[in-house]
Amino acid sequence: MLLSVITFLPLLSVAALLLLRSDDHAWIRRIALISSLFEFAFSLILLFRFDPSNAAYQFTEYHRWIGDAISYRLGVDGISLFLVLLTTFLTPIAILCSWESIQTNVKGFFVSLLVIETAMIGVFVSLDLFLFFLFWELTLIPMYFMIGMWGHERRIYAAVKFILYTMFGSILMLVAILWLYGLSGTFDLTDIQQYLATGSLPHTTELLLFGAFFLAFAIKVPLFPLHTWLPDAHTEAPTAGSVILAGVMLKLGTYGILRFCVPLFPKAAQEMAPLIGVLAIIGIVYGALVATVQTDLKRLVAYTSVSHLGFVVLGIFAFNTTAIQGAIYQMLNHGVSTGALFLAVGMLYDRRHTHDIKQFGGLATPMPILMSFFLFIALSSLALPPLNGFIGELMILIGTYIGHHVWASWASSGAVLSAIYLLWAYQRVAFGEVTVEKNRALPDASTRERIILVTMALAILFMGIASPLFTRRMEPSVENVLQRVNAPVNASRPARIPCMGAPADAQTTGGGAALAAVQAGGR
Amino acid sequence: MSTTQLLNLYRVAPEFHLCIAGILVMILDPFVGPSRKRWLGWLAFAGALFALLAVHRAYESQGMAYDNLISTDSFSIFMHVVVIVAASLAILGSIDYLDREGIQRGEYYALVLFAAAGMGILAGANELVTAFVGLEMSSISTYVLVGFRRKAAVSNEASMKYFLLGSFATAFFLYGIAMVYGATGTTYIDKVQAALQTSGSIPSLAIIGLGLMFVGLGFKVVIAPFQVYGPDVYEGAPTPVTTLLASAPKAATFALMLRVFYVSYGAASEFWFWAIWISAVLTMFIGNLAALVQTNVKRMLAYSSIAHAGYILVAFAASTSLGVAAVLFYLAAYVLMKVGAFLVVTHLGQQGEKRLDIQDYAGLGTKQPVLAVSLSLFLLSLLGLPATAGFLGKFFAFESALDAHSVHGVAIIWLVVIAAINSVIGAYYYLRVIISMYFAEPSKDYVPSSVAPALSVAIFVAAAGTLYLGLLPSRVLDFARAAADSLPLH
Repeated sequence: MLLSVITFLPLLSVAALLLLRSDDHAWIRRIALISSLFEFAFSLILLFRFDPSNAAYQFTEYHRWIGDAISYRLGVDGISLFLVLLTTFLTPIAILCSWESIQTNVKGFFVSLLVIETAMIGVFVSLDLFLFFLFWELTLIPMYFMIGMWGHERRIYAAVKFILYTMFGSILMLVAILWLYGLSGTFDLTDIQQYLATGSLPHTTELLLFGAFFLAFAIKVPLFPLHTWLPDAHTEAPTAGSVILAGVMLKLGTYGILRFCVPLFPKAAQEMAPLIGVLAIIGIVYGALVATVQTDLKRLVAYTSVSHLGFVVLGIFAFNTTAIQGAIYQMLNHGVSTGALFLAVGMLYDRRHTHDIKQFGGLATPMPILMSFFLFIALSSLALPPLNGFIGELMILIGTYIGHHVWASWASSGAVLSAIYLLWAYQRVAFGEVTVEKNRALPDASTRERIILVTMALAILFMGIASPLFTRRMEPSVENVLQRVNAPVNASRPARIPCMGAPADAQTTGGGAALAAVQAGGR
Repeated sequence: MSTTQLLNLYRVAPEFHLCIAGILVMILDPFVGPSRKRWLGWLAFAGALFALLAVHRAYESQGMAYDNLISTDSFSIFMHVVVIVAASLAILGSIDYLDREGIQRGEYYALVLFAAAGMGILAGANELVTAFVGLEMSSISTYVLVGFRRKAAVSNEASMKYFLLGSFATAFFLYGIAMVYGATGTTYIDKVQAALQTSGSIPSLAIIGLGLMFVGLGFKVVIAPFQVYGPDVYEGAPTPVTTLLASAPKAATFALMLRVFYVSYGAASEFWFWAIWISAVLTMFIGNLAALVQTNVKRMLAYSSIAHAGYILVAFAASTSLGVAAVLFYLAAYVLMKVGAFLVVTHLGQQGEKRLDIQDYAGLGTKQPVLAVSLSLFLLSLLGLPATAGFLGKFFAFESALDAHSVHGVAIIWLVVIAAINSVIGAYYYLRVIISMYFAEPSKDYVPSSVAPALSVAIFVAAAGTLYLGLLPSRVLDFARAAADSLPLH
């Protein structure tokens, strides 16, 4: 029951919102916030009752739905648990940051936001491919409205581009899902997995199916060269839209890769890994370079997503515990850090109604508090130890280095570049003399903004220090995925983490141990 | 009356009720004053509801009626429900429309009822000449209905076009029947099957007959390459008539096509598979690409219904029992969402059908939120968004087609991929309407008029049906499967 409650509670509050008068803005905001806080509380219950040693799906629910093949089946494991938490954590933040900036059609805005929350949680918890696809598509329409109705100047272009790109990917995935159903006679994820584990799939079919799934997810991530919708969507979306889009929605793609592409089609995944790894590295470097030269602050942050998500994809396709744990952890980090970056940029926008870096400069003088938080967030995004981003990136790089030295070295250049573009941008925005006279009188962070910023900063710090709390819970599920990948092909992959004195069998005994060592070194 | 006669009557009870109601409307028409004519509409609606109840009567006493001319099986029952629901929703949408346009007349409703009766015959016919009678009955009624706005030039033009091309198409159909008779010596759909099966190889005369029937029926369901007239007629016809035209006759004619292709020519599926395949691809591309550039919503929806006929053909190409079920489910879903969309357009057109441009819908989201939400629902369903009827329609269509790859090989997989790509192309023009309604600034000269009760009931029923089929399709799907099983397939 708990998962159903978490999934559909936002929808329930949507019903409550619809009963309110449209001009009763105060209560619409309050109810949205309160319900999303309750939602977060429920997801914390989920976290505390989660059994970290269990690799199987937990809190499972099952109901018959359409015919015999399609069922309502929910469950979480170590991979999806934290993504659910990320969603429930970011939604109240997104509501809070839209408190004053959204003034037109307030009801529609919060309804969209809460529907997106239901849809995203639904994607993470559904264990039936039909149900998964339903939620997957359901995320699109409210986001489309959010960008199109409350976005900036070129919002309609961005909204249409966003939805057509994503739909194109997902419709081919639908064909693949139907194809899988034709083969296995079920939409149930575990049953399909069992069917595929018998190895009866012809090689070309597996490649095609993998391709159809991967295309849908790669567009969502977005992986280079499918990323072109992202800068537009991000730049034009309202702040809350960007937070949700960057914070959670991009993770639908990486989650999909990890949940479906890799475990269902391990051979194809291994075969395509070189190509995907190269694309991910191109994404890391290219995203970073393009971000460096942006003059629009929000566009800059958008391109950092291309770069950071490249790390995540790289981690997944390195196929070892440390890297995949790092990838999942980096998904969470990116959600928090980039979400926070968008929040800070949004606060600047609320004051000046522009994202143009030239319009800023010397902002640290009028707004010391806001700008110091901005710096803190930027440092987390560029992976400064001991903040959260560092752990994720390091785990990915170490994990990747085991199998692919060259990949790891190229990818680490992304880490360097991220320092360049973020610090340079920060320098242009915050330091020096106040160049634009208007900026001199800008008010510093209000109480509401301080609450948001402090919450985000605490999350960043906590995730930087207490990472084993997270990785420990992910580990059994990650091992589970890897078992599928490594079982048929090279079972004797060298299981050594060749740095920082970690035990030689760290990969089998667990990335947690390796991670502790890594952290010790990091501090 | 003997029991056989009574049983025969029971088996055609829906048509019987529709005709009685139609005749009653015509008899009462001279006695009803101009200000009370709208009551004839309610009478017709009541007649349609009784016919819906009569479908239950027919369901209870299934079997062959009138010496095997009519086959009242689950398949026919399913299509009767679809057709009669579409007709009654169209009647509900017409009552206030006719008042608004000043053409409130009794014969309008009578014609709708007769058309529905014809479509019922079409869906249940087990004999080709009987089917022809049903086809003519529905066609002739709709020819008149299309031209019902006598003073509007577009309406006249549409009626003329439809009549000329339509009679041409029915002639093709009739000629096809003659060929079939020549080849097999029978016009009974099930006996043609037997004759073709025993003859070993299919005589070429029978294939030519099938081709000619394909032309005639393809015209009525508006599939490429016989789709040219469609948008003009749909645009010119009074919108409630378009509502009817885009839904019920299409469904009924597809039902007959299923019987002819699947039952009579089940043994020849490798012959017609490619015809359906090519037609499906053309239909989808023409419908979707042409709809992209339309600025008139009515015309855009007309092209969209061409595209949807293409998706139906994807399931049709499967040539399996699963394919029949998928076509039936798709038709039920399609009828609900298409009727809903056209009903909203009926209202928004305002007097003289002047406001049909996409730009005229600007700002509707804030001015008439409920109407805008319902139209969005129908459009998203037509687009194929999950949790709506349209998605499951496509879903089952694609599923049945993929399932048939063991019969038809890679070609049908490609067909599904093409259909999938097409549904993304289609997304663009449906979203354009939503963009206009929600993202654009409201036009100042637009004064929203309140929705009449009858119309709002109709829109509500269509919306509820669209959601019901999208979320809890099991019952309808089971019925569609049972209907498919009731056909004596090859």
